[in-house]
Amino acid sequence: MTEAFPGGAIEEARAIIARYPAGRERSALMPLLYLAQSIEGYVSREALRAIAALLQITTAEVEAVASFYTMYRLHPTGTHVIGVCTNLACKLRGAVAVLEAAREATGVGSSGHGVSPDGAFTVHEEECLGVCDHAPAVQINVANHDEVTPERMRELVERLRAGEVPTPARGPAFASFREACRALAGLEPAPPTPGGGA
Amino acid sequence: MALAFERRLTRHWGDPEVVGLDGYLARGGYEGLRRAVSMTPEEIVEAVKASGLRGRGGAGFPTGMKWGFVPRDTGKPTYVVVNFDESEPGTCNNRELVEREPHRLLEGTAIAALAIGCTTAFIYVRGEYLWQALVLERAIREAYGGGFLGPRIAGSDRTVDIVVHRGAGAYICGEETALLNSLEGLRGQPRLRPPFPAVEGLYACPTVVNNVETLMNVPDIIVRGPEWFRELGTDKSPGTKMVTISGKVERPGNYEVPLGTPFRTVLEELAGGVLGGRALKAWTPGGSSTPLLTAEHVDIPLDYESLAAAGSMLGTAAIMVMDETDCIVDAAARMVRFYAVESCGKCTPCREGGWWATRVLDRLEAGFGRADDLPVVRDLGRNILFRAFCALADGTASVITSSLRHFADEYEEHVRLGRCPLGVPHLEEVAS
Ligand SMILES: Cc1cc2nc3c(=O)[nH]c(=O)nc-3n(C[C@H](O)[C@H](O)[C@H](O)COP(=O)(O)O)c2cc1C
Ligand code: SF4
Ligand code: FES
Repeated sequence: MTEAFPGGAIEEARAIIARYPAGRERSALMPLLYLAQSIEGYVSREALRAIAALLQITTAEVEAVASFYTMYRLHPTGTHVIGVCTNLACKLRGAVAVLEAAREATGVGSSGHGVSPDGAFTVHEEECLGVCDHAPAVQINVANHDEVTPERMRELVERLRAGEVPTPARGPAFASFREACRALAGLEPAPPTPGGGA
Repeated sequence: MALAFERRLTRHWGDPEVVGLDGYLARGGYEGLRRAVSMTPEEIVEAVKASGLRGRGGAGFPTGMKWGFVPRDTGKPTYVVVNFDESEPGTCNNRELVEREPHRLLEGTAIAALAIGCTTAFIYVRGEYLWQALVLERAIREAYGGGFLGPRIAGSDRTVDIVVHRGAGAYICGEETALLNSLEGLRGQPRLRPPFPAVEGLYACPTVVNNVETLMNVPDIIVRGPEWFRELGTDKSPGTKMVTISGKVERPGNYEVPLGTPFRTVLEELAGGVLGGRALKAWTPGGSSTPLLTAEHVDIPLDYESLAAAGSMLGTAAIMVMDETDCIVDAAARMVRFYAVESCGKCTPCREGGWWATRVLDRLEAGFGRADDLPVVRDLGRNILFRAFCALADGTASVITSSLRHFADEYEEHVRLGRCPLGVPHLEEVAS
């Protein structure tokens, strides 16, 4: 069987597999799912099959893993994924209003797969993000924004809409969810593609 | 009591230089590893045993003893796996420890590797800690460049490689056997123990799983000795502990304190007291899975034994503070929902009981509770505790049981009034 990966990323897929001890290729499954997600914005059927073929396991086994973890999306996502923690430390500090502001400002409903009608945003209610010391905690494309108020949430959404990349509280910003997924796969940022389809 | 002691894990906090290798070396970094390469594995294990260091990931298991369980003659490779999944609600000290001094974790990990004869160690980082994973990867590159990782570390003939593996949003992967499954490319569901990871862990090979904070204590133990380590803390809980305090306090944050420091000191001196000068109502001592305590317990020393005696646990020392305006039923519903959502689905008490409890608690908070809901949740709590496959479900039980123990009146008031007496807003979809 010829090996293939969505987006032609077969070399990168092989490099990921090589991180793990020989004979333990299956350990690369999680980063490979991130790699697929960095290319398509979600994990497609085609990606599930390609990963299964690469690791010589069944598609069902790959899907079992992909569906277990919340950071893998089995449905298309918005360009930007906004996560709002509503767990206790954040809730005590007003997180419910922040989540409502995020849904309102983006136009994402609380049902379905949470993508805004313009395809720009996915909003996700998160469990504790490990930034309880700066509650309410928000992640935009997996980068942290601290002590977010509903006003600040609306402003962040407006700036993303205007094509800006808001500076996070710590670490680098990612221009899109796909770009964040590249970093999640442990890869360097991709060179900009002509036409800018991040 | 004014808190004065020589800080250990946080002594370089605020010093941006120490994030990089040069800054870390200039402040004595990798001295522990330099010494450890000329020690035998037994000597390293003995030093850690003598220090009395206990695991900081929640269970408080003696670290040196855990390392000592690893068999040396199986002919299989051995592994060190760092648990940087940190997802217990309220807990974020591992995050800041790594952000501020990543090399201390690499050094502790490398020393653990020497102690059990491991050549490849893994750091399992929760996916949401993307920046922290990048900080670690940069530090790892520096450490390879400086000869502290890779072949012939610190001038010895020993090899230690470190691989970063990212999780993907599943709290259960903090449970060590679920973590190992996840690292093997499986769903993160716990394994039956025994065999314990020390005997059959990653790839069915002897494995040590340790928390980030645990390992970051190790370099100093090697350099300054077990006796020095025991100078702070209590006899049974030696050393310092990172405490995260959040919720309704003036200065939420991560603070290092000697084990045995009273909660009052953390609340008043470090966190600046309850937000807005309001009255303390309830607090979790060690994350949301540890039984709630109240204002009555404000003088309890934060250590393993004292909290156990008070009917709770030190857990991850993640203190979430609720004040007099916060609703216990609302808080309990939110905490229980977490354990329901994060249930891995493997066993019935947790998978079904968590959802059932969430529905009843949400109903109570939304004002649709019935008088017979209280015995139902109480029963659920009792029936889940210690009957599930792993300790995740104990979180569900502990929230229910402890909130009912201390605040039964408040539950009853919800039923009687048909609404939340404190008027706490809830998400609209919950009410339906
Ligand atoms: C549901 C659950 C979640 C856990 N999450 C973590 C975690 O995020 N980090 C951690 O170090 N230990 C966690 N633990 C404890 C680990 O199973 C294990 O005891 C610990 O990593 C051992 O390291 P230590 O001895 O250094 O504490 C968790 C346990 C359970 C039952
Ligand atoms: S207690 Fe919950 S998390 Fe643990 S094995 Fe059972 S279902 Fe899974
Ligand atoms: S509770 Fe929101 S980040 Fe921890």
